[in-house]
Amino acid sequence: MTPSRATTRLAPAAALVALALTLTACGARTATGDGAGAATSAAESCVDTSGDTVKIGFLNSLSGTMAISEQTVADSLALAAEEINADGGVLGKQLEIVQEDGQSEPTVFAEKAEKLITSDCVAAVFGGWTSASRKAMLPVFEAQDSLLFYPVQYEGLESSPNIFYTGATTNQQIVPALDYLKEQGVESIFLVGSDYVFPRTANKIINAYAEANGIEVLGEEYAPLGHTDFSTIVNKVKSAGADAVFNTLNGDSNVAFFKEYKNAGLGPDTMPVVSVSIAEEEVGGVGVENVEGQFTAWNYYQTIDSPENATFVEAFQAKYGADRVTSDPMEAAYTSLYLWKGMVEKAESFDVADVQEAADGVTFDAPEGSVTVNGDNHHIAKTALIGKIGPDGLIYTEWSSGEPIEPDPYLEGYDWAEGLS
Amino acid sequence: MDVLFSQLFAGLSLGSVLLLAALGLALTFGQMGVINMAHGEFMMAGAYTAFVVQGVVGNAGVSLLVSLPLGFLVGGLLGLLLEATLIHRMYKRPLDTLLVTWGVALVLQQVARDVFGAPNVDVRAPAWLSGAVDLFGLAVPKTRLFILALAVVAVVALAVVLKVTPLGRRIRAVVQNRDLAEASGVSTRATDRLTFFIGSGLAGIAGVALTLLGSIGPTLGTSYIVDAFLVVVAGGIGQIKGTVIAAFALGLLQATFEYSTTASIAKVLVFVVIVVFLQVRPQGLVSVRTRSLA
Repeated sequence: MTPSRATTRLAPAAALVALALTLTACGARTATGDGAGAATSAAESCVDTSGDTVKIGFLNSLSGTMAISEQTVADSLALAAEEINADGGVLGKQLEIVQEDGQSEPTVFAEKAEKLITSDCVAAVFGGWTSASRKAMLPVFEAQDSLLFYPVQYEGLESSPNIFYTGATTNQQIVPALDYLKEQGVESIFLVGSDYVFPRTANKIINAYAEANGIEVLGEEYAPLGHTDFSTIVNKVKSAGADAVFNTLNGDSNVAFFKEYKNAGLGPDTMPVVSVSIAEEEVGGVGVENVEGQFTAWNYYQTIDSPENATFVEAFQAKYGADRVTSDPMEAAYTSLYLWKGMVEKAESFDVADVQEAADGVTFDAPEGSVTVNGDNHHIAKTALIGKIGPDGLIYTEWSSGEPIEPDPYLEGYDWAEGLS
Repeated sequence: MDVLFSQLFAGLSLGSVLLLAALGLALTFGQMGVINMAHGEFMMAGAYTAFVVQGVVGNAGVSLLVSLPLGFLVGGLLGLLLEATLIHRMYKRPLDTLLVTWGVALVLQQVARDVFGAPNVDVRAPAWLSGAVDLFGLAVPKTRLFILALAVVAVVALAVVLKVTPLGRRIRAVVQNRDLAEASGVSTRATDRLTFFIGSGLAGIAGVALTLLGSIGPTLGTSYIVDAFLVVVAGGIGQIKGTVIAAFALGLLQATFEYSTTASIAKVLVFVVIVVFLQVRPQGLVSVRTRSLA
């Protein structure tokens, strides 16, 4: 059998394997596991508060594709717990941490959440990152009537009595970013995003906003997750000639996009890009020289000048190394633990119902500024900040909403958003 | 009109990336019939070589020029090791090779993750490659031009090796009729090893080139291996010419579809075109006619 003949026969087989590989790769990346929707009835809480300690659970992906991001959240949660314990604990009880690994799989998140609640008997769980992981955990927390503190900005249009959302919802991140662009006299924008739920939902909102505010959307492009060839998309962006680009790309695609963008002769002076998924942690990976001068929309930057933030950054770098940076989701996670402490102390109880009851109006002087829990929708009032990426890789506040914006996950306070939810 | 030209260039550029990724495979899969799923990981090794070299050398321009031959060497040596330890034991068992090399690919990915960490790393492009040049009134990114040139050089060099050198003659002889070549005194064992070395080395070069376009991560190879196999299969197995034509055809096709639809749809359409094409012409664009008996 000569190789040439053998391979001719094998060619279709190889093509098939190749195709199967692509499919599994796509499947793994976009899997949304709603599978573990727990149907068990609300069990009697087994949380033990009789001793000197109380258990809480941290649930972050310490392995898999999301580990890069979620490890940083786990780090800042650990820091907050350490600080609280050193300061006397919560209601005089030391926090005992049970750390679980969500493995970047939504179904694992659901399983581990159930384990934390029913077998470890934790008083509350902190963690989650992707919307898929949150959506998978939501039915578990509702069925078991327990509490989840979710620290990442997301696409909104959700609210559960059993989840506290300490990251931004759309009206605290995307809408202010659009307000900023409008203020700068931007009349046309181009939307670039990864092809999954967050960018598509975000762009729906952006389109509605643009229509109501006389901003022209010149194009809307989606790249598959992990897409690395952006020459065509950048060509489209360039030839459309918009005033600005709104970027909801996720992960590594940002690197390829910004390199291509810069090589095509585009930059912050010619066509600024506002990104909602690039924080301090990601700037290093994308390469500072590729994104310097571009804009981001968040609620926290490491460079915020306040005593609370100085303490936070100093403590974080003392614990994990001076080369580490602090980013928005890390800060939101850090804040979430203090907010829970505030709620428990206000309720004088670890009981879920009491904590929910006491939640409204609990405030904390967070590194990002003062934040307040909204008892109705369980989100928190946060200040929106537009930042500009500096040559040192840190992000500097360029524009601020000035005061905390009340959370409005369903965008009910905006006429143009009617019909979106 | 501008858009037409810039899209044309985008297609050619994408084609050159595909070509670099597929060229080595055209040798190892096309000529030798080895389905090497670890080919993508050799690219990844080449990319990390560029990263390490830049860390040592510092200067981005010098490090790129050093990385190209070094990437070839690293990829090639990895290939040689793989051939000598595993693949040569299963030349008659192609489907087993597929599974074994896939396993090797997973191992290499994990090794990269353990050595370099899970987060992606970035290689700076040299100053003389940043920005764009004006070509017939069209702003063409220099990195893309460089990769296009690199692909052309690689193809020409490979063609020269195959057509002119004694090694090339031996490779072609073994491909066309292994038994007769062996009977004529050609050491097929040594030829296989060298072919595999060159093919894997080309993957290393492709990896170095990719650092100019995106970031480097342990799974860099997996995003290219599928496209690389498609190029070789569509181009026709056993002929470098077919691989070159197929790479540019697929690049142009992808760029055209992507411009008129979206990136996701374009990918699907390209797959559909290839599937239909292989139905009509299962042997690919260019096929080899041999007088061998099997």
